[in-house]
Amino acid sequence: MLQQFLQALQDSALGTAIREGESLFPWIESMHVLAVTLVIGSVTIVDLRLLGLASRDRSVLQMTAFALPVTWSAFAIAVITGTLMFSSNALAYARNPFLQAKLLLIIGAGLNMAIYHLYLSRGAAAWLAPAQTPRRARVAGAISLAMWIAIAACGRWIGFTLHALP
Amino acid sequence: MSTLDAFCKWLAAMPLSHAIANVGWIIPAVQTVHILAVASVLTAVLMIDRRLLQVGAREPSMLWVARRFLPFIWWPLPVLLVTGMTLIVGEPDRTLKNPEFFLKMGLLLAAVMVTLVFQIPLGRDPDFWHRQPARRWAARLLAIASLLLFAGIAIAGRWIAYTQST
Repeated sequence: MLQQFLQALQDSALGTAIREGESLFPWIESMHVLAVTLVIGSVTIVDLRLLGLASRDRSVLQMTAFALPVTWSAFAIAVITGTLMFSSNALAYARNPFLQAKLLLIIGAGLNMAIYHLYLSRGAAAWLAPAQTPRRARVAGAISLAMWIAIAACGRWIGFTLHALP
Repeated sequence: MSTLDAFCKWLAAMPLSHAIANVGWIIPAVQTVHILAVASVLTAVLMIDRRLLQVGAREPSMLWVARRFLPFIWWPLPVLLVTGMTLIVGEPDRTLKNPEFFLKMGLLLAAVMVTLVFQIPLGRDPDFWHRQPARRWAARLLAIASLLLFAGIAIAGRWIAYTQST
């Protein structure tokens, strides 16, 4: 069932065009890299503030309002371009362990962010000075930072392992 | 044999070059560090330039944004230099004979100059770019040039992998 879907995806006009086009894939990948760097960079702005390491003279809420619109716009572009690249070689990508790990880590980073916003950020309006960031917020920031670094590494490793696997 | 050929041969004959090229994890690991440093630069550039263009958040002030993010353009440069040189030593033909590599270096030079043209007057006079309407327009033009140049650097960087060395 899944195999059939993946096969149909890579046989689709879109998947075929990206696979066989001269320069379509590198252009999509370039846009993916631009989007991913902005996702990681803008998330890091929030993480470093939660950890009390940067933007210490602005509140946590000011920094989330400042950075997260960039995160979401860039994330949308990263998902679209990532899906387009996936469609060009769906069967091979689907069984690539680094792509699987990357998707799990993105889900993990999303859960960490959701838990932070729903529960851990309670009272964040009062976190003005760096010393007022509670431990639970610092832990969420550190987890996020580590996960996004791992996501970047997995993404780079996909390019080196895609064709090496049977 | 040209001097460039001889230089590439000399680099490729180094034991260090062999190690970088043949130990499977080194190139993806170095590229991961490179891309994380790129994430810092591109995000910092976007945050400064969108403030100059007055798109998105009006707060924090332009001076605060410049002070907060200019170091995140400059600090990663030594990291980019070291990781970039490691990739060159590992695969000299793929980089030093590649037109995209030289396009990337040219764009980098222009981007550094645009950043300095923005930063140096701001360091002398915090309101420099606000004082006259002409300067406000100049700042907007600098922001657009900077966005295009830094995006071009990242795109050219990814295209190195797809361009045949000449």
